[in-house]
Amino acid sequence: MVNTKVDLCGIEISNPIIPASGTFGFGYEFADLYDINMLGTFSFKGTTKDARFGNDTPRIAETPCGMLNSVGLQNPGVEKVISEELPKLKKVFTKPVMANVSGFAVEDYAYTCEKLDSEAQIGWFEVNISCPNVHGGGLAFGTSAKNAELVTKAVKKVTNKPVFIKLSPNVTDITEIAKACEAAGADGISLINTLLGMRIDLKTKKPILANKMGGFSGPAIKPVALRMIYQVYDAVKIPLIGMGGVSTAEDVIEMMLAGATAVQVGAANLVEPYACKNIIEDLPRVMEKYNINNLKDIIGGAHNG
Amino acid sequence: MTQGIYEIKSNICLAPSIFKMIIEGDTGALTMPGQFVNIKIDGLYLRRPISVCDYSDTEITLIYKVVGEGTEIMSQMRDGDTLDVLVGLGNGFDISKCQNTALLIGGGVGIPPLYKLCKDLIGEGKNVKVVLGFNTKSEIFYEDEFKHLGAEVFVTTVDGSYGIKGFVTNAMDIDYDYFYTCGPLPMFKAIENTAKTSGQYSFEERMGCGFGACMGCSCKTKYGNKRICKDGPVLEREEIIW
Repeated sequence: MVNTKVDLCGIEISNPIIPASGTFGFGYEFADLYDINMLGTFSFKGTTKDARFGNDTPRIAETPCGMLNSVGLQNPGVEKVISEELPKLKKVFTKPVMANVSGFAVEDYAYTCEKLDSEAQIGWFEVNISCPNVHGGGLAFGTSAKNAELVTKAVKKVTNKPVFIKLSPNVTDITEIAKACEAAGADGISLINTLLGMRIDLKTKKPILANKMGGFSGPAIKPVALRMIYQVYDAVKIPLIGMGGVSTAEDVIEMMLAGATAVQVGAANLVEPYACKNIIEDLPRVMEKYNINNLKDIIGGAHNG
Repeated sequence: MTQGIYEIKSNICLAPSIFKMIIEGDTGALTMPGQFVNIKIDGLYLRRPISVCDYSDTEITLIYKVVGEGTEIMSQMRDGDTLDVLVGLGNGFDISKCQNTALLIGGGVGIPPLYKLCKDLIGEGKNVKVVLGFNTKSEIFYEDEFKHLGAEVFVTTVDGSYGIKGFVTNAMDIDYDYFYTCGPLPMFKAIENTAKTSGQYSFEERMGCGFGACMGCSCKTKYGNKRICKDGPVLEREEIIW
């Protein structure tokens, strides 16, 4: 009997599988399909201070082994998330949930986190300083160590819950940003957000996305994610949540060997709605195949020797 | 929504670039005309949303146009091949809105979802008039199928090679108390300027998931933001912001 439990900043989760923000809404679409309480937790739709419609459509383009999105943080705003989404979520998910928060100024992040802090179901914050789809917004924060530090400090001031900072891969040295977050008090690092990408339609000879550029995700980005998780694991002591192209139980183990304590599944949920369920059900088989009894023992295992 | 493996019973060319595929499997998740399915295609990452033309207890009829890589691969699939399909997606046409006489207006590959709608309306005892718009005679498909259901059918061709010359709006000066339409956006805009009653439009958009999770296909309406894949693809005339 294998053990899939891991400890995520003092909260034990039954397995390390976490649907990534923006691919799982507030859970109900998936709760219609399977009991989402089998998940370790999930990171809910990126929430901002004010309601946002997001970018014009098309917001989606396909790539080899992946996709681009330029949704642009569509969400009803923190007030409605608290009054409408979280009560509905509570009916289908009984575990602590991860609150994904975005903003356009340091004060926005602090405001939104402070509002959400009193919600008992929120177990962790995941502060997105890396959305590539908002002009002059999130990406600027995630690409500067100084701003990453300011946001981390501001959020830590308004909550005692564990705070993960979600980092952008679109930087020269991700370890510098991770170190700045750790020094500012972050409890963990989530990585990687999407890579900035583009597709062009040969018929119209214009970018497919209305926003021109979008976030690249899917299996194609997994090697980049693994490399960055590996580097950041060496650079900081706080736990990492790894993500980027994860679609199978084997991918989960690979992410953990690189240094992830827990693993998020993003784009896979969109093409295979049962992706997380399938991964969780398959995980014991794959653990046995690779002689892993206790999943938490392999975290960072690729660094040994 | 359900996910299942479906077997291709037939896959034939109806007109240039237009194919009709019949797949066999569980159809229990289909509850109204105008819904769609989302098909996984080996080698491509995102599923392909295809509108449902007709369904029975065991079969789904899909009519699709070859417009890109995914539909090109579909067009080469053979009888007996299997497909991983999400079935019963979207909010389709509401047949209860029509009192007596419905006008169905389809343009090109927008025509297929109107077939099951026509069948259901006639099954409810409604009169159905159908306007089918094409560019030219060689592109015409499903004229006889609609007639066999008992609908009064008008065909328009842009070049006048068959039926009424011009656009679907050239055939809309007839009596009806409600309309339903599916087709390209320029056709919708022309209908919006021509139609005399309430009605429903079925929209198309690039989708990520097709089941409401990713917000990839959102649009603004007078009643708030809606997802084409989940709250649509059918929207009511009164709520649409053009």
